[in-house]
Amino acid sequence: MSKGTVFALIVALAAFAGGMIVGKSGGDSAPVMTDSSAGVSYVAPVQKNGSAEKVGELVSSGSSTNVAGSSAGFAVVVVEEGQSIQAAVTAASPRTIIQVMPGTYNETIYIDKDDIRLIGVIKESSRAILDGQGFMNDAILYSGNNIVIEGFIITKYKGNGIMGQAGNNFEIRNNIIVDTGVYGIFPQLGQNGVVELNVISGIEDAAIYIGMSDNIHVAYNEVFDSVAGIEIENSRHSIVEGNYVYNNTGGILAFITPGLPIKTTYDVLIRNNWISGNNTKNFGAPGSTVGGIPAGTGIMVMAADDVVIENNIITNHKTIGIMVLDHNTAAQLTNVTVDPESDPNSDGLKVLDNLMYNNGYDTIDEIKAIMLSELKTGNPDIFMVGPSKDSCIINRHRYVTFGVDDLAECGFTNTDTIANYLLPPVEPRARSTPEERAKVTYMAVCAGCHTYTGRMIGPPVKIIQALYMDNPEGIVDYITNPVKKRDDYPEMPPQDYLDEETRLAVAKYMLSRKR
Amino acid sequence: MRYFSHKLPSVFALALMLIPFAEAAPDFVLSEHCPPSFEKMDNGTCELRNLYQFYDSLQDKGVGGTKTSLPAHRDGFSPQQIDLGRYLFFDPALSADGSISCASCHHPDKGFSDDRALSIGINGHEVSRSSPTLWNVAFLKRLFWDARAESLEEQARGPLYHPHEMGNNEVQLRQTLNDTPSYRSLFRQAFPQAEATEIELQQVYTALTAFQTSLISLNSRYDRYAHGYHAALNEKEIEGMNVFRSFVARCAECHTPPLFTNQQIAVIGTPEPEGRALDVGAETTYDAVKLKGGFRVPSLRNIAKTAPYMHSGRFETLRETVEFYTGGRGHAVPEGVEMHLHWHIWEPNLTDYELDRLVDFLGTLTDETFKPQIPERVPSGLTPIDHSPNTAVAGNITILKGESS
Repeated sequence: MSKGTVFALIVALAAFAGGMIVGKSGGDSAPVMTDSSAGVSYVAPVQKNGSAEKVGELVSSGSSTNVAGSSAGFAVVVVEEGQSIQAAVTAASPRTIIQVMPGTYNETIYIDKDDIRLIGVIKESSRAILDGQGFMNDAILYSGNNIVIEGFIITKYKGNGIMGQAGNNFEIRNNIIVDTGVYGIFPQLGQNGVVELNVISGIEDAAIYIGMSDNIHVAYNEVFDSVAGIEIENSRHSIVEGNYVYNNTGGILAFITPGLPIKTTYDVLIRNNWISGNNTKNFGAPGSTVGGIPAGTGIMVMAADDVVIENNIITNHKTIGIMVLDHNTAAQLTNVTVDPESDPNSDGLKVLDNLMYNNGYDTIDEIKAIMLSELKTGNPDIFMVGPSKDSCIINRHRYVTFGVDDLAECGFTNTDTIANYLLPPVEPRARSTPEERAKVTYMAVCAGCHTYTGRMIGPPVKIIQALYMDNPEGIVDYITNPVKKRDDYPEMPPQDYLDEETRLAVAKYMLSRKR
Repeated sequence: MRYFSHKLPSVFALALMLIPFAEAAPDFVLSEHCPPSFEKMDNGTCELRNLYQFYDSLQDKGVGGTKTSLPAHRDGFSPQQIDLGRYLFFDPALSADGSISCASCHHPDKGFSDDRALSIGINGHEVSRSSPTLWNVAFLKRLFWDARAESLEEQARGPLYHPHEMGNNEVQLRQTLNDTPSYRSLFRQAFPQAEATEIELQQVYTALTAFQTSLISLNSRYDRYAHGYHAALNEKEIEGMNVFRSFVARCAECHTPPLFTNQQIAVIGTPEPEGRALDVGAETTYDAVKLKGGFRVPSLRNIAKTAPYMHSGRFETLRETVEFYTGGRGHAVPEGVEMHLHWHIWEPNLTDYELDRLVDFLGTLTDETFKPQIPERVPSGLTPIDHSPNTAVAGNITILKGESS
């Protein structure tokens, strides 16, 4: 499949001409003009976790420094050039700040524990540089909660700059990511995070890619010379604001990518961004979703619901300022597959005031032809295909549009009352009491080898009870570091992965069993 | 010791089979204890307990990183139903000629698979796909390589009645079970509320489901790492884990922890064995040409135990399997076939060292602590499991044909 030309599918034209697109030509009467400084504010759909009222409490501007919680009382460790950052992470207990002094570091860093802050110390403009030398995979991987990553330069990795796997409450800020792999910053499967004040360029897919995440704030980043600037994919309750997005193939994308385990994208605010001249030839990997984006796209919405586009400067895109489409149309035009478990349409789109200028001046033939079929001419700012219910727009007369004639007037003109969708640090995942943990651990682990009276892999619980009657600590000592005691039983594996509190609780639980 | 049937001299096996049912089957009593990792509730059913229940996951989908909850699962069967399922699972009486049981292709000592590229069904028929493991099937939303079944009950009908697998039919299966006194008694123990005195096929599917959902493997060395004990993996295994979840190899994007599958369909374009036609897989299930060659992403838990690999067992070793992913996008797609390859299939240029580490890491996903006991005898009086497809079985099949139907 050739890059950037997947929109060249002639079959689709027949479908369009056949009436897939609902639209009517506007009349000549005076347009409806709306003063966006006077209208009411948009109210976001209630969040499913019921925390809508908490939203916006944290901060009044878009920036937040409290997503990962307070760092009061954290230990501080300093890493100097020539030392290993990973060694410091491995040695650190949760609640540690690791300060990395300026210099060059060639390593992959992984963080599988909570409450670690990786801070690149910036001295007179010198930073800690993570250099993957063209062969290392990712610069930073994390799966812990409450992770902060700040102040680095990241360059020449094959994979991602910073990649999160199900960590909640993250803050990724003030990093410079240059010429590194597939995604610059890619938090995935996490809730509550900030990606702000980063400068990212030269990325083969999205500079910032929010994948399958909730409550994410992407603000004040500069992203350029990449295939996609900022991508919000299969994610909910996200805000993209105040970013400077230029010289990419496509600027800002809100998508449902089919075939992922989380099937929705909704409630995405794209506001106050400067999106300009994203005309770079598509150099995305064949088969990637972004590989199908035509160069010169400002904002693209595909199958995402309740996307609000407000107060952006969207200029100088040769193909289109804003493109909105559904999976069924995309499947005819690109390599997208329809997912039976995803709603294919972009519903509830809200286009508020934006500055749009000099877009669509050299648009793709498919858009030209579709416009012609409805006798539309001019360089399009907004192009919308596919069904889209409950969508609205204000001041549509300002733009050259296709497919928006039937949209309602929005009943609001701004999003001023929504500061952000961030939450106070979401609770740590281990939510149970030691007693509950003890019971589950006993069932899930101990009972695999010990029954109450019978002989299994290990000796019966009854015999253990006789040995350790009032001595649960004795059991803790043994299971932490077992030694072979009985010739006729195999040696027990250590249970040191359980925290000490749980080990004691499970020992007590075992002693309390009556059958 | 644990398995014996197919290792017995055939004469001895034959002698066992010829013992009349009534005499060969003194009373069977079903266990009243839940299997390990299950808690017996006040209502008498077994509920799964595992350490991942301490965590949650985004949108409750059970995909994520280290401390992430598992996907929704099946449980809530009684110990008796689970134990009855165990007898049925190992009993060759479920096949048309009494020659093979579920365990013939899903052997507990072979990772609940069968060590073969393509499984062997009744009368030596080679079936079209590789036998998938049953470990952790309680968590799967779709069954079969091509995802065509949405429940284990529905899935059970597949092999039972496929002419090349167990070759049975509903009438005969119902007849066989109802004609076996021990089974009548066992089904009454397992389904005390049932009104009909006859054994119903739905009860068979339920019991098989109950047993299969008790096959839990969640206490591997990887799991100990995930729960926070990082010394559970050695340096090379951790390197492998980081390659696995890197965005270069991208294994974890589809084989997502903690189950090591995201349960989606993926078109990756693996080669068929020499001389076999292309298997279009999920294209048929979903009637979608873009899914040509698509298969359900399998879990990788206990993967080291289930060679050979892929839907048709094309790869003998894990090393060969991981190497496939760095061979270039679409390198094995046959000439003239258009496949809509998954976007994560690309050219990661993994080094030999990285491929070796990936294999190291996959080895840490092994846990067979809760392997169930193979029953020493089954209610039909036949030899439990019976033929292992790896042994020559023609003689037994011939003799048994007259015995069980």
